[in-house]
Amino acid sequence: MSEPVLSVRNLVVEIPTRTGVLRPVDKVSYDISAGEILGVVGESGAGKSMTGNAVIGLLDPPARISGGEILLKGQRIDNLGREDLRKLRGKEIGMVFQDPLTSLNPLLRIGDQLTETMLAHLDITQDEARGRAIAALDEVGIPAAASRIDSYPHEFSGGMRQRVVIALALCAEPSLIIADEPTTALDVSVQAQIIALLKRLCRDRGTAVMLVTHDMGVIAEACDRVAVMYAGRLAELGTVRDVVQRPRHPYTDGLMGSTPLASRGQRRLRQIPGSMPRLGKLPDGCAFHPRCPKAEARCRAEPGPTLEADHGRAACWFPVEAAEVVS
Amino acid sequence: MKALVSVRNLTRIFDVSKPWLNRMIERKPKAMLTAVSDVSFDIPEREVYALVGESGSGKSTIGKMVVGLLTPSEGTVEIAGVDLARETDADKIETVRSDIQMIFQDPFASLNPRWKVRDIIAEPVAARGGDTAGLSEKLLEQVGLAAEDAGKFPHEFSGGQRQRICIARALASEPKLIVCDEPTSALDVSVQAQVLNLMSDLKDEFGLTYLFISHDLTVVRHMADKIGVLYLGRLVEEADPTTLFERPAHPYSQMLLAAAPKMDGFGREVVPPKGEIPDPINPPPGCAFNPRCPLAIPLCRQERPELRDVDGARVACHRAEEALARGRDANDA
Ligand SMILES: Nc1ncnc2c1ncn2[C@@H]1O[C@H](COP(=O)(O)OP(=O)(O)O)[C@@H](O)[C@H]1O
Ligand SMILES: Nc1ncnc2c1ncn2[C@@H]1O[C@H](COP(=O)(O)OP(=O)(O)O)[C@@H](O)[C@H]1O
Ligand code: SF4
Ligand SMILES: [Mg+2]
Ligand SMILES: [Mg+2]
Repeated sequence: MSEPVLSVRNLVVEIPTRTGVLRPVDKVSYDISAGEILGVVGESGAGKSMTGNAVIGLLDPPARISGGEILLKGQRIDNLGREDLRKLRGKEIGMVFQDPLTSLNPLLRIGDQLTETMLAHLDITQDEARGRAIAALDEVGIPAAASRIDSYPHEFSGGMRQRVVIALALCAEPSLIIADEPTTALDVSVQAQIIALLKRLCRDRGTAVMLVTHDMGVIAEACDRVAVMYAGRLAELGTVRDVVQRPRHPYTDGLMGSTPLASRGQRRLRQIPGSMPRLGKLPDGCAFHPRCPKAEARCRAEPGPTLEADHGRAACWFPVEAAEVVS
Repeated sequence: MKALVSVRNLTRIFDVSKPWLNRMIERKPKAMLTAVSDVSFDIPEREVYALVGESGSGKSTIGKMVVGLLTPSEGTVEIAGVDLARETDADKIETVRSDIQMIFQDPFASLNPRWKVRDIIAEPVAARGGDTAGLSEKLLEQVGLAAEDAGKFPHEFSGGQRQRICIARALASEPKLIVCDEPTSALDVSVQAQVLNLMSDLKDEFGLTYLFISHDLTVVRHMADKIGVLYLGRLVEEADPTTLFERPAHPYSQMLLAAAPKMDGFGREVVPPKGEIPDPINPPPGCAFNPRCPLAIPLCRQERPELRDVDGARVACHRAEEALARGRDANDA
């Protein structure tokens, strides 16, 4: 297999606080190859956004990377300076967030934002940039792109704005896209449009995509592989089919059972007792053990085995066997 | 079975015009937004009726009219035979009002942060001069929290626990009907499962009736006895969950269901829905879905389809039979 576009190795993010050091991301490792969509799923506070923000160098202080490595096409990027990171972000890594307005300047026409980005990163003329901006808007499905290019962000609907953001993320032809809950604020039908668009662009251009979402249905439909996060750690990593149909980590298994989509027809949903602990109050051992039906003494004493990017599926001492999966 | 809630030809129009002076200067006419248009349905006692639709389809506006927080522009809502907007007998109004409660999406915004949980839960009963001794403690245990929690403040609880507190408060006045507006939309799935299970248990235990509002098809399918699908303020289809999900008859329901992510849809190539929801101030003439509908014929642009019985569902579409046949063909393929 060729070298992955993105390699994250034992990434640790720390936040120093008055009462101690919090670790919202703790020894996380994964790879994303060209043309592949890796889903990152988990409940709110699991550390999904922190992982993505660490990769693009957009951690809000005092959060900082305190361990591990991030490699983009084989080059370390976790130790780059501010200016180098900024260039890299526009050129090699595109970003799509939940709220399209965080990526768009409300005072600039969308065409100007697109051409500016292209002129900064590609060796082309102003006229070429404008032509390409129209083509990009057309490609992401903005109707009458040539006449809409001089509109302002507020003149578009939420779904259309997110399309503009995708055009902006892709216009410098990056090798990696980080999409953090890109469809969470959108209606189902618009979500379907945006996911179909991301999949198509990723396939056609061979872009690697990290798709952060809390929606298992979106994961199942869009992703090739999936990383499940719980309390800052990777709970499970595998192909989407394996993780959804044969979850190994008891947390993933519980998550699937809680999803009404997966357990249709059942009168009651299978539920995981309790809720995810706060970072400052993580239990010893495996952070999931107080909620886990399989927990034993070892789980209370030792965190589950750390997952490597290329082997091991569940960070669990007693993974769920295929026969046990209920839903 | 007797209907506890009976909604007839319900319509709500909002005046969204600019201020008078701006209108005079810009020579703009008044702008009227029809949020809910001619909606009729019944909810039998002890059943769960779900309203589903995308944002802006009128779900919350209907919910507010059912509990009496908004008055209808046209049409009626009757709860146990009483129309709150027209009834003049104060006793009747009082009885019916105490039979209805509402739960909202945001358990953070709907709890007074300066009140103790005990006072929050007992408030609906205290307001009527009822007996509140030990009430909050009993209800907290019924919703899966501890009696000791009565002395705490809302900020000491997680999102799921706060929604349980909202449910306890809704139960305090022993209502018959609870209108739930996106009750789990702000919660993570594992917590959502806990709250949905709790709501099902309480319904059985207290013989409750729910009007359950959600944009989430999976949640609606799990909870509902009957589902009404809304598009641009209109009820376009009504059916039981199995009928709706296995053979949706309205082209909009078909589009919505096809677009929803499937748990077994690995690598599925969806043909994404075309177009967007039109401006509710100037809805398309005839069937509001006609500009996006693959089956539209000239009649669809001229005449608004009535809800009619089609193969076990109520459907507002001129071409429901063709739509059903088309759905069958797609399934066979
Ligand atoms: N400045 C901060 N101080 C303390 N904790 C923080 C801070 N910023 C984020 N966190 C915590 O970091 C964790 C990870 O957050 P995030 O990556 O946003 O989660 P997700 O995207 O999975 O919902 C959360 O538990 C959050 O509360
Ligand atoms: N108080 C109001 N004033 C003006 N327009 C409103 C008001 N409340 C709702 N609307 C409009 O009515 C339509 C239906 O809204 P709503 O019932 O909140 O939909 P839903 O709950 O399905 O998202 C929307 O177009 C919304 O903008
Ligand atoms: S009435 Fe006509 S336009 Fe409306 S959904 Fe039916 S076929 Fe389509
Ligand atoms: Mg996040
Ligand atoms: Mg609403």
